[in-house]
Amino acid sequence: MTEVTVVQETHDNSGFNREVLMNLGPQHPSTHGVLRLLLQMDGEIIERVDPHIGLLHRGTEKLAEHFTYTQIFPLTDRLDYLCPPSNNLGFALAVEKLLGIEAPVRAQYIRVIMAELSRISGHLLITGALPMDVGAMTSLLYTMREREMVMDLLEMISGVRMHTSFCRVGGVREDLPPGCTERIIEFCDIFTNRIADYEKLLLHNRIFLARVENIGNISARHAVALGLSGPNLRASGVDWDIRRDAPYEIYDRLEFEVITRKDGDCFDRWKCRVDEMRQSLRMIRQCVEQMPEGPVIVDDPKIAFPVDKDKLAHSMETHIHHFELAAFGFKVPAGEVYQAIEAPKGELGYYIISDGSEKPFRFKVRAPSFVNLQALCEHTTNMKYLADVIAMLGSLDPVMAEVDK
Amino acid sequence: MGILNNRFQDNVFFTTSDGIINWSRKSSLWPETFGIACCAIEMISAGCARYDLDRFGVVFRPSPRQSDVMIVAGTVTRKMAPIIRRLYDQMPEPRYVIAMGTCAISGGVYNTYAVVQGVDHIVPVDVHVAGCPPRPEALLHGFVQLQEKITGTRVLRAKPPDSPHTEVKVS
Amino acid sequence: MGNADILAHICAHFPGDLRVDDAVTDEDCLLVAPEDLVALCLLLRDDPALKFDFMSDICGVDFWPETPRFQLVYQLYSIPFKRRLRLKCRLENATAPSITQVWTTANWHEREAWDMYGIDFTGHPDLRRIYMWEEFDGFPMRRDFPLRGYKDEMNPFGDEPKPKGGAA
Repeated sequence: MTEVTVVQETHDNSGFNREVLMNLGPQHPSTHGVLRLLLQMDGEIIERVDPHIGLLHRGTEKLAEHFTYTQIFPLTDRLDYLCPPSNNLGFALAVEKLLGIEAPVRAQYIRVIMAELSRISGHLLITGALPMDVGAMTSLLYTMREREMVMDLLEMISGVRMHTSFCRVGGVREDLPPGCTERIIEFCDIFTNRIADYEKLLLHNRIFLARVENIGNISARHAVALGLSGPNLRASGVDWDIRRDAPYEIYDRLEFEVITRKDGDCFDRWKCRVDEMRQSLRMIRQCVEQMPEGPVIVDDPKIAFPVDKDKLAHSMETHIHHFELAAFGFKVPAGEVYQAIEAPKGELGYYIISDGSEKPFRFKVRAPSFVNLQALCEHTTNMKYLADVIAMLGSLDPVMAEVDK
Repeated sequence: MGILNNRFQDNVFFTTSDGIINWSRKSSLWPETFGIACCAIEMISAGCARYDLDRFGVVFRPSPRQSDVMIVAGTVTRKMAPIIRRLYDQMPEPRYVIAMGTCAISGGVYNTYAVVQGVDHIVPVDVHVAGCPPRPEALLHGFVQLQEKITGTRVLRAKPPDSPHTEVKVS
Repeated sequence: MGNADILAHICAHFPGDLRVDDAVTDEDCLLVAPEDLVALCLLLRDDPALKFDFMSDICGVDFWPETPRFQLVYQLYSIPFKRRLRLKCRLENATAPSITQVWTTANWHEREAWDMYGIDFTGHPDLRRIYMWEEFDGFPMRRDFPLRGYKDEMNPFGDEPKPKGGAA
């Protein structure tokens, strides 16, 4: 759906000059979902970009005010649907902070493994999709092949491919199945070589490089003012990663590098993600090595279902707690909390105000894609032609469900 | 087909022609490259290396003018609804709609002010594929179902008199 | 500088009326009046000892039926000092000054707050709806707006529509 409307035609001394208004999307293969761009153009040169969002606004925040805390987990899954475990993790952390509890260590490791696996799956899509947007179709077929391997692992752990909802407040739903860690390590071994394959495929591809190098540069100053976060910010040279600077879960026990690049162009944003996948693999390996045995959810009958299911048959008290938890959910003390995590797209924050009941009074998501998409304005970058907008949009990697909430 | 639709009685010539027309229609179902939300990712997965929708003659086309099937893959919001209707109107006949996922079927968990409670309110749906999101296998199954549905349709032959759509459509 | 020092430093350098919100336990929080907001944000961004250069989020909150009804919550972060700060601003009449001149990123956040809560930001360059369509009536995140919206031909599960134009 691409329409062109002529806004004004002027004849001046410099020659024929006409300004057109062009509509790109919402149904367009390169808009990564239902984004509509209104482009004001002089010939092929972009003068103004006006993103119209909200075509996928589903009212998640309003709905969450009517849900109990456990019921909100599936809603967070559907925000950034490329990496649901990360979203679960952030929300679980926020509620745990309000409750003043901490998940058992083994649960934290499992959460981190899943979050990093999902980071790989999210980055894999963009690793293939950006080249596809600018004309290199094959790369997506390769990356999706590896993405299926990640999906298989997530399915093995949680039972579903995409919307895992595996986190619970106070831990995770269940332990890793037998044989899972071996499969994860096997995947890490295979995938290391596959990343090299992508680079071999694309790093010397002159068409790809011509479309992304020195296109859409964002300076570090602009990137911070625009509120970019995650790989988009680090590509501009700002060294900030929440996993290192405000470690949550067990990230302080892991060794990893924070990938930064200098230019902040489309290529850097893409390369930053490719390199981050290597670091994720490194973290997953360390997690598998370090992971201790133990429980995976807190032993508190008011918050979590009992680990020992036999208790339900013998203890009346357990039974009552189980019923109350299933029927009404748990109460969270009044207060407010802002918990930010490093999601694959950037800083994912949950701001929750609790009034002491089973449901949040206010549930606000600081969606990284929503903020990142703002960088698609013409005056902060050096986008010049219509084709650059596509490369820019692809490299910013917005997920529209998260943009629109 | 235009004026030839449902004009002829059953005989060996027209049953065979219908068979050939249906066979060619069902063997090259070209869907729009049009994803809305989470289900779009599973739709892409279904089109990529492992599940490979191309085996069924399903090749994604970027333009509604070139496509036969619209896969409504994701939550349809009130703001998006007129656009989906317009895309549907832009598709040439015969056209089919697959509602993929619970959101497209009934609005799913999103029973809110912003979401259309089922894409049936906007366009007629041929196949519903349940799941949140449906696995790629489920989408494949949906396509096979759609192919089965196409197999039985009467293209040139007149509809039987007890059918609810007896009037001859001239377009 | 420790956390207590930060708050003391801000209070000492800011001429306006500031209060520390002690009820908030997870990070530092300041209560500020709407008229002081822009000046405070400029101080927080530019003071070399503070450098809150990153604005994470603006969150509107509706305390209906309490008055004053609306509150804005700003989440700030200082990348050089790795420190968070929260500002809270209770609004008397659903109007707030825009801080887009301080942080560019506030643009869409403020549009979101306008769209969802009807909070008017004076000085915003381009204040229009961002999620809902332009003709949409009402502000959906307000607590007196029904979750399922109002009934019409597309929305059979909505609430009965509000009577329009007063008593009929």
